[in-house]
Amino acid sequence: MTKRIEIVENILGANEQLAEENRSRLDQAGLYGLNFMASPGAGKTSLIEKTVPALKEKFRVAAVDGDVATTIDADRAAAVGANAVQINTGGECHLDAVMLKQALNQLTLDENDLLIVENVGNLICPANFKLGTHKNVLIASIPEGDDKPYKYPGIYRGVDILVINKIDLLPYIPFRMEYFTKGVEILNPGLMTFSLSCQTGEGLDEWLSWLESEILTFKETHSSPQ
Amino acid sequence: MHELSVTENILEIALGHAEKAKAEKISDIYLVIGQLSSIVDDSIQFYWDMLAKETKAEGATLHFRRLPIVIKCNICKHTYTPKGDQMSCAACGSEQITIIQGEEFYLEAIDIDK
Repeated sequence: MTKRIEIVENILGANEQLAEENRSRLDQAGLYGLNFMASPGAGKTSLIEKTVPALKEKFRVAAVDGDVATTIDADRAAAVGANAVQINTGGECHLDAVMLKQALNQLTLDENDLLIVENVGNLICPANFKLGTHKNVLIASIPEGDDKPYKYPGIYRGVDILVINKIDLLPYIPFRMEYFTKGVEILNPGLMTFSLSCQTGEGLDEWLSWLESEILTFKETHSSPQ
Repeated sequence: MHELSVTENILEIALGHAEKAKAEKISDIYLVIGQLSSIVDDSIQFYWDMLAKETKAEGATLHFRRLPIVIKCNICKHTYTPKGDQMSCAACGSEQITIIQGEEFYLEAIDIDK
């Protein structure tokens, strides 16, 4: 005798549940978390290298770096003063909530104010795996070309902040800013965007001011246990 | 994308419900997949045939119900399914839009034999 069982259960539910648990841990520790996603070489680590020294007078920064191999990125973050943990994913092309949970276990969460998780360089898979951080940041770079929002809608739709890096290269690259921003606007209307150059420093102040006010606002509503 | 681990998840969820219902076997699996969700049906079928062997789900038929993309215009409130890659509003041309359907991926139901 055949019987139908109605289920309606989300297939990726297990990762989302763990992401919720990670989020709770961050909330309880008063730790504001960002998930940096980008193509390889767009500037995730460079942005960390510019952000940490600028903020470290006022805030303690932790960095979790995800890569298939090496500790190159965690070493760079540690060199500028972050409490850095490296995850080597063993071939996995994205970080997931399980990996972040393990990394969080290696940090003293309430001793930090800002957590930057640097995801594996990849414009596809990270968009589908929540980690439990508070905001998703996509770092796009000028040399990648102006058609990327159209070609990678999943990640452009799934982020809260867009950083356009390497604007110092605009004179040398045929990048149509209007075409690019139109693509972004269709997928993610009103997406908060910062245009900057980690190399020259142009535009960094706006990014740093915004980040500072984000951390302070977060702390007002999430105080860590003393 | 990642259809192997996704298929493992489907199998686990289905077998869990079959256990609770004290089923002899699972005959059919009903999946709902939004058009925007990056899941490839053939890949799931491929992994399923491997993973379900020697479980109560062996031989179960997978059914894929694809949901079309539905967009609502934030400006004129028109709802539509976009043609091709053109996501902007079919009525007023605005790019201020919200995707209200198309990103789903869930196990809707299973048929079991008792």
